[in-house]
Amino acid sequence: MFRSRKPAVGAALIAILALTLAACSSTGGKKASAQASAVSAGHANTPRYTFAMITHAAPGDTFWDIIRHGATAAAAKDNITFKYSNNDDPTQQATLIQDAINAKVDGIAVTDPDPQAICPTVKKAAAAGIPVVMFNAGVNNWQQCGAMEYFGQDETVAGLAAGKRLAAAGAKQVLCVLQAQGQVQLEARCAGVKQGLGSEGAMQKLYVNGTDSSAVQSTITAKLTQDKSIDAVITLGAPIALIAIQSISSASSHAKLYTFDTNAEEISKIKSGQVQWAVDQQPYLQGYEAIDSLWLYLTNGDAIGGGQTVLTGPAFIDSSNVTKVAKYAERGTR
Amino acid sequence: MTSTAQAGLTPPPTRDERIRRKSTLARLFARPEMGALTGAIVIYLFFFIIAPSFRNGGSLSTVLYVSSTYGLLATPIALLMIGGEFDLSAGVAVTSSALTASLFCYEFTLNVWVGVAVALVVSLAVGFLNGWIVVRTGIPSFLVTLGTFFMLQGLNLALTQTITNQVASPDISNIAGFGSAAKIFASSFTIDGVNIRTTVIYWIVFVLLATWILLRTHIGNWIFSVGGSAPSARAVGVPVTRMKIGLFMAVGLMAWFTGMHTLFEFNTIQSGQGVGLEFVYIIAAVVGGCLLTGGYGSAVGAAIGAFIFGMTNQGIVLAGWDPDWFTFFLGALLLGAILLNTFIRRRAEAAK
Repeated sequence: MFRSRKPAVGAALIAILALTLAACSSTGGKKASAQASAVSAGHANTPRYTFAMITHAAPGDTFWDIIRHGATAAAAKDNITFKYSNNDDPTQQATLIQDAINAKVDGIAVTDPDPQAICPTVKKAAAAGIPVVMFNAGVNNWQQCGAMEYFGQDETVAGLAAGKRLAAAGAKQVLCVLQAQGQVQLEARCAGVKQGLGSEGAMQKLYVNGTDSSAVQSTITAKLTQDKSIDAVITLGAPIALIAIQSISSASSHAKLYTFDTNAEEISKIKSGQVQWAVDQQPYLQGYEAIDSLWLYLTNGDAIGGGQTVLTGPAFIDSSNVTKVAKYAERGTR
Repeated sequence: MTSTAQAGLTPPPTRDERIRRKSTLARLFARPEMGALTGAIVIYLFFFIIAPSFRNGGSLSTVLYVSSTYGLLATPIALLMIGGEFDLSAGVAVTSSALTASLFCYEFTLNVWVGVAVALVVSLAVGFLNGWIVVRTGIPSFLVTLGTFFMLQGLNLALTQTITNQVASPDISNIAGFGSAAKIFASSFTIDGVNIRTTVIYWIVFVLLATWILLRTHIGNWIFSVGGSAPSARAVGVPVTRMKIGLFMAVGLMAWFTGMHTLFEFNTIQSGQGVGLEFVYIIAAVVGGCLLTGGYGSAVGAAIGAFIFGMTNQGIVLAGWDPDWFTFFLGALLLGAILLNTFIRRRAEAAK
């Protein structure tokens, strides 16, 4: 059915090859970027343990890259076989934890976005004698769930700090952009912002479809067009903040942009002044400490925090400290 | 045939109902897209009345922009559905295409146009593979493309992670050729103070092209006949295999186009994007009058479907309704548009 067009195909391939060779870019690309040197802190001579890290990360979210980089750095240092898995559906995540228990790993690091679903399985792990640490999500329930330590930020506290800072910056009408509906930690951030603003300003929420960049851009543009009084936009994730920059300009809005969480590109936008500041919960530290603390427990019986929550945030990245953070962000560790 | 001498023997001229001339209005309302058009007008007027900020030109331009990002792919999806097949991999294929272009030119530090060309080849190959498996195995395209949907989703994440050690593609805006590519795929112009995105123009052009193919070429006839009944189409000499593979490759082509727009609009691509969009394209085609069973539908209808979806999405925000209720309102308005659509089509059919 398909006639042979071999000479034509050959000619086309040669043409493509020639074009490719002639088309090297003189700017940008991998050649231009400095090869990031991974953080290394030597290598422990302790027995080889296997640790499992199970998170509620949605596939393809840049934030979780940084957590994973922290965890792998700690695993390399501590002579750990590191097993990572994730599912943004809490029941599926609980199944993954059960899998780790069945595999008789030496330690489990877990996030807890939904205590009803996650807690029972975490208790099973503790009952099976596997040390469990919790990080990033679950700040209110980690002790009841049987976890030994917790590394993360209290989202309400972080929201509160952001709200207070917004009020100090003179924001009156704040738009809190949520990239998913019905997620406890996102709602807690917006609620915290509202509380932090107090009587200084008002907050309204906007839900956007985080998996569709064009829709995110258009929805924020529409909201800014509808309500011209909005003078501050706060997004709850770095990729959303990057898109919101375009929304603000296409709605010809005068709103200033603030965000939770960071990635390399967003930090460059703080440098250029398009994003005012970012609430930083130090995801690298969360991933690193989660793995390192398990190792410390198994090799030295330590428990960081002495039974209390270890807070990794909220810290702020703004024009005053962005230069220092930027070079770490470029290699994917901030 | 040429003689009228026997006219006296024939019964009084009751004309065959198949060639009876219908009134222009009845013919107009029997078109697949008429119901959707009515729905679009009703929803437009609805938001025009209740949402003051919906009325300005800038808002209409944003509505058209978001509709065009759905509509570019809804067009080939409509053709494919008329041809009797589904493609569930279209949403993530957009992301695959954008990631291919971005990572290829970044990793080898090449002009972005090389990446764009490689992405085109990859997208067409994915379309070809979908179509080839469907026609070769006879497995329903719903299942085949469900498989490729998951595979592409996995590849997007895994390859990006392997190549860049991150889950998003690096910023390519400083690579040679970015400016010219951005001008082609993601630019805008201003008419009378209103900013118009070029994707809207491309969308209209592609819809007109698809309509011309469907209604004025033998390929269009073949698409309808393949979707109506593939064995009968094959029996009368329609190249069913080539038609189906071609339709899947048309989806690949537009996935590439949409992917290039996303890439040059946002500079970086998150590898988890695009999941769920496959249904938006199918929704647009079906709201616009395409049948899920194939053999019936129109490209203009799919465009109106995409417009209804985009307009409803934006309209709810512009009306300032409680955001917690967003998806409820979205569903209710879509259902209303579909009910109106069905009602008008039934009336049109009854009036024949």
